[in-house]
Amino acid sequence: MKGDGVTSEETPARRGGLRALGHGIDRLRDWWEHTKVWQRYAVYIALVVGALILPAPAIGTFMSPDTDWTSVLIYPIGTYILLAVGLNVVVGQAGLLDLGFVAFFAIGGYSVAYYGTNHGWNYWATVVFGILLAAVSGVILGAPTLRLRGDYLAIVTLGFGEIVRITAENTDEIGGARGIAGIPHPPPLFGTKFGINPAPYYYLIVAAIVLVIVFSVRLQRSRVGRAWAAIREDEDAAELMGVPTFKFKLLAFAIGAMIGGLAGGIYAGKANFIEPTTFPFILSATILAAVVLGGSGNLPGVILGAFLIGWLPERFRGFEEARILIFGGVLVLMMALRPEGLLPSRRRKAELHEGTGGMGTMGAEVPGPDTDVATTEAAK
Amino acid sequence: MLDDFLNQFLPSTVGGLVIGSIYALIALGYTMVYGVLRLINFAHSEIFMIGTFASLVTLLAIAPTGPISGIALVGVLVLLLVVSAAASGASAVVLEAVAYRPLRKRGATRLAALISAIGASLFLQELFGLFVIDWLIDKPGRNQASAPRFVARDTLFEIGNAQVRLDQVIVIIAAVVVMVALDRVVNKTRIGRGIRATAQDPEAAVLMGVSIDNIVRVTFLLGGAMAGVAGALYIMEVENTRYLIGFVLGIKAFTAAVLGGIGNLRGALMGGVVLGLIENWGAIFLGSQWKDVIAFIVLVVVLMFRPTGILGESLQKARA
Repeated sequence: MKGDGVTSEETPARRGGLRALGHGIDRLRDWWEHTKVWQRYAVYIALVVGALILPAPAIGTFMSPDTDWTSVLIYPIGTYILLAVGLNVVVGQAGLLDLGFVAFFAIGGYSVAYYGTNHGWNYWATVVFGILLAAVSGVILGAPTLRLRGDYLAIVTLGFGEIVRITAENTDEIGGARGIAGIPHPPPLFGTKFGINPAPYYYLIVAAIVLVIVFSVRLQRSRVGRAWAAIREDEDAAELMGVPTFKFKLLAFAIGAMIGGLAGGIYAGKANFIEPTTFPFILSATILAAVVLGGSGNLPGVILGAFLIGWLPERFRGFEEARILIFGGVLVLMMALRPEGLLPSRRRKAELHEGTGGMGTMGAEVPGPDTDVATTEAAK
Repeated sequence: MLDDFLNQFLPSTVGGLVIGSIYALIALGYTMVYGVLRLINFAHSEIFMIGTFASLVTLLAIAPTGPISGIALVGVLVLLLVVSAAASGASAVVLEAVAYRPLRKRGATRLAALISAIGASLFLQELFGLFVIDWLIDKPGRNQASAPRFVARDTLFEIGNAQVRLDQVIVIIAAVVVMVALDRVVNKTRIGRGIRATAQDPEAAVLMGVSIDNIVRVTFLLGGAMAGVAGALYIMEVENTRYLIGFVLGIKAFTAAVLGGIGNLRGALMGGVVLGLIENWGAIFLGSQWKDVIAFIVLVVVLMFRPTGILGESLQKARA
C-alpha cells in the first residue's frame, strides 16, 4: 500500500478533467428532464435527420478515409449498435452477464442464409423466423442456466456461443466451414431495390435501430423494466418482494436474443455470404465492451459506445494490423479512467458506487481515503 | 461403435490425463485469482501463451539436434520449466499492475475489470502476433512456430493396449509435483495464510495486518508461474504454438476451474483431469472436431446439478 494514500492515477488535473466532463453530462441531463414534449420531439427528429444525412460523402471522407463510409455505417457501426442495444437489455437492464451474445447474431444470420438459399423463402419471412429461432434458443439456453449467477452464467453463455459456432463449422447441412454463399438480397421495399448499393441497407438498419430503441425504452419504463432493475440490484430482495425473478430473467434473455437475431438477419441480407468465422467469441466481447464503455444501462451511452467501438478501428485503418492492439489498449485505459463508462446511467452510477449493487466490486477492493472521497463526490 | 470405444478407451484415457494435467495447471491461475479478487482473469490465457514462447525460445537457443536422455534431459526440462515459469509469473505481475490495480484502487465494478481483462488479453495477443514473435524467432509472427523434439517418443510401458510414452509420463509427474508444491505453499506458509485470509474476507484481512497489494501480487505471480509450467509442458508435448494458442486452452482451463468449483485449488486439479478425460472419451464417439462442444456441454450439465462445481468448497472456506 502506498504510504501517502494518494495514487498516481488520482492526480488533481486528471480527476478535474473527468469531473468537468461528468458535470457537463449531468447538466445536460437536468436540462433534458425539464424539456417540454415538443422540445423532445424536436431533438428526436434532429437525431433521425442527422442519421439520414450521415452517409453523405463530405462526412465520409473525414470519418472513414480508407473504406466506403456507407458500408462502414452498416457494418460494423450499425450492426454493433443494434447488437449493443440488444445486449443492453440483458446486461444493462437485467444485470445478467452474457458472453455468448454472438450466438444469437449467428442464429439470425444462419436462418436467413439457410432458408433463403436452400428453401427459397421470402427474405422477410426468414428474418422473422430467425428472430423467433433466436428467442427460442435464448429460452433453451436460459432455462437450465439462469439459476447460475454472475461469472458462472458468463462462462456458460460463452460456452453456448462457442457451441453454436463449432456446430455451424461441423454441420455440412449448413455449409460447414465453407459457410453459405449467394444469400438472396431483400426484395424491393417502397420502390427501393436492395442490390450492391449499400445505401438502402443503411436506411433499413437505421429503421431497425429506431424500432429497437423505442421498444427498449418502452420496456425499461414498464413493469418489466422495473422488475429487471430490481433483479439487477438485488436478486434475493427482488425474489422476496414477490418478483418472479426466473421468469423475468428468461424474458430478458429472450428479448435480447430476438434483437441479436434481427441484427443477424439484416447482416446476412447485406453480406450475401456468411461463414462460422463471422461469429467469433471476440465479437461477443466487443459488443459487451461497447455496452460497458458507453455506460451500461443507459441507452444513449450504449449507442455512443457501440458507435465508437465500431468506428475507431475503421478510422485508424491507416495503422492496419495494429488496430486491434490499440483497441485492446484503449479498453484497458478507458476502464482505468472511467470505469462506469462514458455516459453512465445516473441511477446505475449511484448503485455502482455503493459497491455491493449491480455486479459488485472486485473481491479484495478495500476503499482507501481517496476512494472514499471519490465515492461521496460522485454519489451526490 | 462400442468396439471402437473399448479399443480406444485406454489410449484415450492416457491422452486425456496428459492434456487434463495441462488444463489443470492453467486452471490453478484462474482459480487463485478468482478466489482473491472475484475476477475472471481473461488475460490468463495470454500468460500461458507467453510461457509457451519462453520455452520455445529457450529450446531453440539450446538447439537440441535430437532426442536427449539422462541428466541432460532433466537439465533441459528444469531449465525450460524455470524460464517459462519466470516469464509467465513476471508477465502476470505486470498485467495485474497495469490492467487491474488502477481499477481496484478506484473501487471499479467487476464488470469493468472484466472488460479491462478482455482488453489486456487482446492487447497481449496482438502484441505477440505483430511484434514480439518476429523479434524473438526469425519466423512470421502470425504463423505456427514449431519446437524441436527433445524427448523421444518411445513407448515406456504398456497398460492393456495403451502405450505410455516418456513425454506423457513427464507431463503428469511434473504437473503433480508442481501442484503439490503450490498446495503446500497455500496451506502451510505465512504468505499462503495471507492468501486464504484475503479470499475469505479482505477487509478483516487488512485489519489483521495483511497487505492486500502484496497478496494480490503474489497470487498473480504464483498463478502465472503455474501457467508457465503448463506452457513448458505444452511445448514438450505438442511441439508447436501460436499467438492465438491461449484462447482455446484458456477457455478449457477456465471450464476446468468452474467444473471443480472455482476458488478451490484441488477442485481445479480435478476439474482439469475430468475435462481432459471426458473430452477424449467423447471424441471416440463423435470425432475429435466435437471435443470443445463436449467440454461445454459437460460444463452446463455439471453446473445445472451442482452450481458450485464438483468440489463445492472454495479457497475462502478452506480451513485456516
